[in-house]
Amino acid sequence: MTTTATEVQARQHEQTRDLPVVNPATDIHELENQIVVVADLPGVRQDQVEITLENRVLTIRARSAMEEPPAHECVYREFGPAEFQRSFTLTEEINRDAITARMKNGVLRLVLPKAAEAQPRRIAVQAEG
Amino acid sequence: MIYPITRFDWTLDPFRELHRLHRDMNRLFADYRAPAAEFPALNLWSSADEVVLTAEIPGVDPKDVDVSVVGNIVTLTGERKEDASVPAENYHRRERGAGKFTRSVRLPFEVETDKVQARYEHGLLRVTLPRKESTKPRRIAIHAE
Repeated sequence: MTTTATEVQARQHEQTRDLPVVNPATDIHELENQIVVVADLPGVRQDQVEITLENRVLTIRARSAMEEPPAHECVYREFGPAEFQRSFTLTEEINRDAITARMKNGVLRLVLPKAAEAQPRRIAVQAEG
Repeated sequence: MIYPITRFDWTLDPFRELHRLHRDMNRLFADYRAPAAEFPALNLWSSADEVVLTAEIPGVDPKDVDVSVVGNIVTLTGERKEDASVPAENYHRRERGAGKFTRSVRLPFEVETDKVQARYEHGLLRVTLPRKESTKPRRIAIHAE
């Protein structure tokens, strides 16, 4: 259904910016008429997210804008400024005009409604005789 | 990194190769980060008067986060709630964990608990922990006789 090639891709394509590329942790679930992608993008403002859907490849790019306290020395580090990047290949037709994306508390929620032809259709069974 | 063995030349800095090695090693470790084994990932920043703790807790409502300080120990507790409206079989992939978390850090000094500040923005928590006045180093003037 959804495949990821990002981990490899992130290493193959070298970035011009000197920021580490991080794959954000992502949940994907499917409902009858939509696919929902939820990604952790801590420190990212809504205007720093770029989402593209091209030939069924959905790509999320974002840059964390965390400010590090000035005049302090970093004594322990587990995360830092990063470039988030991840892409997925969608097998379903998506209604591109109705895609919505929202950021809240550093989490991106992307709703991809399925195109009408990809939605399940109920076929009435007729009794004979 | 390859270090060619050069003929020794006294007109050059005898420690030149060593300096180069030193510089390369520094660069190698410059952006070293400890792997975040636990949730949430944290950073610690220190100055003479305070420690600043930053933590990555995306998707957590600030109401569900609790910062407590006892003496020199800071504890971060909270809960990341999952979307209960989605049945488990509808997930294609699930990487974002949910549930309760707790992490503690022991600081090298006691904290002025009344002056602790915590701010949450875009999934990042920043806690400023000022050092207790009585534990700050005092400069002692030396009188000459």
